[in-house]
Amino acid sequence: MTERTQAEQVNPEPVEPVQPVGGEAQPEETRVTAPRPKETAPAPGTKPSGILPGLVKGLAATARTLTRHAHTAEYPDVMPKLPPRTRGVIALTEENCTSCMLCARECPDWCIYIDSHKEELPPTTPGGRARQRNVLDRFAIDFSLCMYCGICVEVCPFDALWWSPEFEYAELDIRELIHEKDRLGAWMATVPPPAALDPASAEPAELVAASKPPRPVRPAAGEDEAAPARVRPARPAPGEGGPPAARPRREARAATPAATPTDTPTDTATPPTAPIPTDPAPTAVLPAADATPSGDAPADAGPADNPPADKDGGA
Amino acid sequence: MSEGWNVLEVVLRAVAVLAAFLVLPLLVGQTEHKVMAHMQGRLGPMYAGGFHGWAQLVADAVKFIQKEDITPARADRGVFRLAPFVALIPYLVAMAVVPLSPTIVGADVPGSALLVLAATGVGIIGTLMGGWASASKYSMLGAMRAAAQLVSYELPMVLAVASVALAAGTLSMVGIAEAWTPWWLLWQAPGAFVFLVAALAELQRPPFDMPIADSELVFGIFTEYTGLRFAFFLLAEYAGIVLFSLIFSVLWLGGWAGPFEAGLGWLWTILKAYAIAVLMIWLRVSWPRLREDQLQRLAWVWLVPIALLQLAITAVGVVMMR
Ligand code: SF4
Ligand code: SF4
Repeated sequence: MTERTQAEQVNPEPVEPVQPVGGEAQPEETRVTAPRPKETAPAPGTKPSGILPGLVKGLAATARTLTRHAHTAEYPDVMPKLPPRTRGVIALTEENCTSCMLCARECPDWCIYIDSHKEELPPTTPGGRARQRNVLDRFAIDFSLCMYCGICVEVCPFDALWWSPEFEYAELDIRELIHEKDRLGAWMATVPPPAALDPASAEPAELVAASKPPRPVRPAAGEDEAAPARVRPARPAPGEGGPPAARPRREARAATPAATPTDTPTDTATPPTAPIPTDPAPTAVLPAADATPSGDAPADAGPADNPPADKDGGA
Repeated sequence: MSEGWNVLEVVLRAVAVLAAFLVLPLLVGQTEHKVMAHMQGRLGPMYAGGFHGWAQLVADAVKFIQKEDITPARADRGVFRLAPFVALIPYLVAMAVVPLSPTIVGADVPGSALLVLAATGVGIIGTLMGGWASASKYSMLGAMRAAAQLVSYELPMVLAVASVALAAGTLSMVGIAEAWTPWWLLWQAPGAFVFLVAALAELQRPPFDMPIADSELVFGIFTEYTGLRFAFFLLAEYAGIVLFSLIFSVLWLGGWAGPFEAGLGWLWTILKAYAIAVLMIWLRVSWPRLREDQLQRLAWVWLVPIALLQLAITAVGVVMMR
């Protein structure tokens, strides 16, 4: 209510400076006299209509809250339900760590301590070469410095570091917050299994590689080799040569760039899903394009198709 | 012989009143803890005493006793130390004459309604003394606000009580409650509303807690108080809630009127008073604090006219029904 009267008082003021020609004395008078009756007049009248609904609303809100369950987390008695990606503590799979020091170097706080030494393994066959490997002597994370940014977990190329949702490792002495590798290793038991993949996501590279048939398919694609020899991923013929039933997704991807060269930008952004909806319209327009720039099409599609092709080759 | 019995009876009654005076405020306080918490989506005290923190206020009392009793260097020592008791004792006196049933009453005096009003009026002087003697500007401002509040709200409260006294034709609370009929719920409704609002203001409970407005005056009159003396002020507040709820229940809700009146009358009075206390807690949780000028406007523009109107309605009703 009072806010309203204040607003009414404020409003006339910005209007007045706009017309300074009209004489300074008159606005002054109106400024003094006009708001005054407003302040006294509507106050008693508007009070019940403006305030009462608000008061009732307040009562209703508290009464409603009373009937609902409290939000209080009764922590020490009831453990919180933490989401699987909670950053509680960092766990270490010692066997995976190669002492590459990437995590220690990327850590913004420099709170990862790694000591290692090189060990020479004797050759396994007579006359063979002796091999060297790193042996991890010390791996420690100082959780009194760690800011839980997760960079170390992200950067580790060998999946040696993991987030665990455990958080109850407070200590009375700050020095005890340095977790050595045995303690970091013990946290591994609390690391939750990775979340299931999104139903629409691409198949994991390992599975794709594992389910791929061995090489002999390649000679069948030999016909193509004549024309675009410069382009390595020019294998748009898996429909003929490869086993189509085994890899429907790959087939779709290989088919679309050839049909719709204009779609390639979206294709690279979201490989499997994007082209499918846009498919029908361009194909209607582009049968001619299909014939002529067929040389370009695989070149454009290259970035999208290359990596899986490489991995396949590697596997 | 009868002399001795009389003394014993007086002592017993005094002890009973004292016990009620100490237990009922704790009950209201604990209710406030829990109801307020749940209205705010919390659980409130959960540990003290084991079951849902029932002993929280006992634990609080132990804490208050352990605290150092500090008197500010520049305080008016005598007044400062006396103030909590001046705030507390009048409620105890008033409690003695509030009936739970026609028979269960500390002291059945003919003008009990008047006595209750007079005694509660004295309670405010305690806060005024505390604010003045603290030698702190926040306490002083709080005390001034309390004084202004008292002046404004004492009048509508007295008028509201005068209305029921007029309707019943007696100043005795037992007499008023016995004259009560359900028809009063409608007839005396404006007066009941005025009394409830004025009681909230008199108790300095939100939304009328400007004297202790924590966001403006630190803690107002209680700023300089610690330990047991502060606890006494708190006890006075909750004893005040109990007292005004009981008065309301006796004067406007018929007190012991209800099923099994003969045996369970006292229970009815207490249950009705408890409902009023919960209502006071509910209002505290739901509503923001009024501004000082809004408080005065509410008292003089609304409550006093409504109370006068109620008095007129009552007078007309009494004359017509005779
Ligand atoms: S999560 Fe901690 S240890 Fe890992 S990089 Fe960040 S600060 Fe360093
Ligand atoms: S990045 Fe991974 S593998 Fe490299 S040192 Fe850190 S934990 Fe070990």
